[in-house]
Amino acid sequence: MAASSHESARRSNLFLAVIVVALAACLPFVVKDVYLQNVLVLTLMYAALSQSWNILSGYCGQISLGHALYFGIGAYATLLLFTKFGVLPWFGMIAGGGVAAVVAAAVGYPCFRLKGHYFVIATIVIAEAGLLLMLNWDWAGAAMGIEVPVRGDSWAKFQFARSKLPYFYFALGLAFVAWLVTWKIEDSRWGYWWRAVKDNAEAAESLGVVVFRSKMAAAAVSAFLTAVGGGFYAQFVSYIDPESVMSFQFSLLMALPAVLGGIGTLWGPAVGAAILIPITEVTRSYAGGTGKGFDLIVYGLLVMGIALGRPEGIVGAFTARKRAKAS
Amino acid sequence: MTSEAIIQSLASGLLMGLIYGLVAAGLALIFGLMDVVNFAHGEFLMTSMYAAFGLFLAFALDPLASAPFVAAAMFVFGAVIYLGLVRFAMSASANAGMVQIFATFGLAIVMRGLAQLLFTPDYRSIPHSWLGGKTLHVGGIFLPAPQLAGAFVSLAAFGALWLVINKTDFGRALEATREDAGAVALVGIDKKRIFALGWGLGGALVGLAGAVLATFFYIYPDVGASFALVAYVTVALGGFGSVFGAFAAGILVGVVEAGTAFILPASLKYLGIYALYLIVVVVRPRGLFGSL
Repeated sequence: MAASSHESARRSNLFLAVIVVALAACLPFVVKDVYLQNVLVLTLMYAALSQSWNILSGYCGQISLGHALYFGIGAYATLLLFTKFGVLPWFGMIAGGGVAAVVAAAVGYPCFRLKGHYFVIATIVIAEAGLLLMLNWDWAGAAMGIEVPVRGDSWAKFQFARSKLPYFYFALGLAFVAWLVTWKIEDSRWGYWWRAVKDNAEAAESLGVVVFRSKMAAAAVSAFLTAVGGGFYAQFVSYIDPESVMSFQFSLLMALPAVLGGIGTLWGPAVGAAILIPITEVTRSYAGGTGKGFDLIVYGLLVMGIALGRPEGIVGAFTARKRAKAS
Repeated sequence: MTSEAIIQSLASGLLMGLIYGLVAAGLALIFGLMDVVNFAHGEFLMTSMYAAFGLFLAFALDPLASAPFVAAAMFVFGAVIYLGLVRFAMSASANAGMVQIFATFGLAIVMRGLAQLLFTPDYRSIPHSWLGGKTLHVGGIFLPAPQLAGAFVSLAAFGALWLVINKTDFGRALEATREDAGAVALVGIDKKRIFALGWGLGGALVGLAGAVLATFFYIYPDVGASFALVAYVTVALGGFGSVFGAFAAGILVGVVEAGTAFILPASLKYLGIYALYLIVVVVRPRGLFGSL
């Protein structure tokens, strides 16, 4: 591929993203129903989370099913810093991101030597250990969790009881930032290294790629963004407990949009979230209220269908076709 | 901390460990055979427990008596899941590893949903089972009878499994397929048939485990989740795919769990198992008994 066409493809991607964000920013003027606005906020949040997950698992190929750990760290750091020390959530989210990045590096240090299923199960096990510790940590509320103390609507304290709009725009911003980070990384040295590590770690190493440090960097960036998402979620729902922010289902929910949209693609997570989250939220509220499990059945069938029917994801299938046409 | 209390805790750990080994056996068998981790393994266990519960309601059969029927039903179920789902996941055109993970995860979620639909999320238990609430008093330590029976079932199952793998044509075909699935076709072994039978056998083993657990554990739609994680740890510790490695690892896991509960609050008992997993795979990335 010629360098100039590569550059222009990247520029048109950026242009497209700006247009998508601008259009999305207008959505609340059309969608005025509070429940639907809630679905929009969650969709954008999962787009951001899945984009973050995609950095480590998609681009670098290290499949994590334990990202709920970083999500929970972000949520807890934000609320604990605010309730115990009066630190504003804005700084809390950044601090949570920092802690998560350090934890990801500490976890990665032993675990990145593991391959395949051993690594996947290690990520699950570590997240479950984190959940157990939070369930038993009295200072952090243990199983009871913690609540955001109501201080009235304020941007400084990032809480809004009357309107979903501030949350919507923050989530949109977060999704855009996560997209931008991915876009920037795609063309950086790290981005090429990560894809080399994913395709063949041994070959990459022989060509001088610092495999271990590449994985560590991917884990830290991915965990930081995930934790900021967790901090946002804590403010958005204003009450958290270990099960509601660190359970295994979050790890799965962060991975699925990327799997549906296309693992290791720039647009996959956003496309996947835009399809998957509204479907699951709507089935949950219409069929799940009775507690009869219909929502789980629909959701599970969707996951199976995605995995079997679109193994390369929607975006992946699209680019594969384009490439086939070009050649 | 008396020595009696330590022996008591060791003994309960050993019994539970034998049951963990049985829970993990099917997972290990399937992994060793075809390099697939069944992420619905916990839901296979949950289904077996409900099957034992259903047979109890319908025919007043004790789970220990219905265990062979549950195992037979789960044999069919396992083979059907292979033929209807896993076979297609394995032949995915892209991201095959990811497809297997999410196809079986999807199956797990559907099975949980079905269990909620059919049985509600309520906790069930089998009242007045033959051994329920009984204990055996041996030399100052108490052994709960249901766990003891479960441990014997586990020993018997592993014994039978050893015979099947080492003494039958099917077992030899299984071993050959496990070593080189491509080459067995040349000697006329139908790989797909062996895989289906392997999934059946794996299902039957988890069926036995489910019936055993139904005698003393609550039955509810999410019951598989925590057992599944323990089973993954057990299988990984044993060295993925080594059935008898899983047997030894199960015992180790049970003893470590009991030991952790002895030192830390009982709610943290799984921490010991998780730590054991991380230490073992980091020091020896192929598990205790796995080969490279």
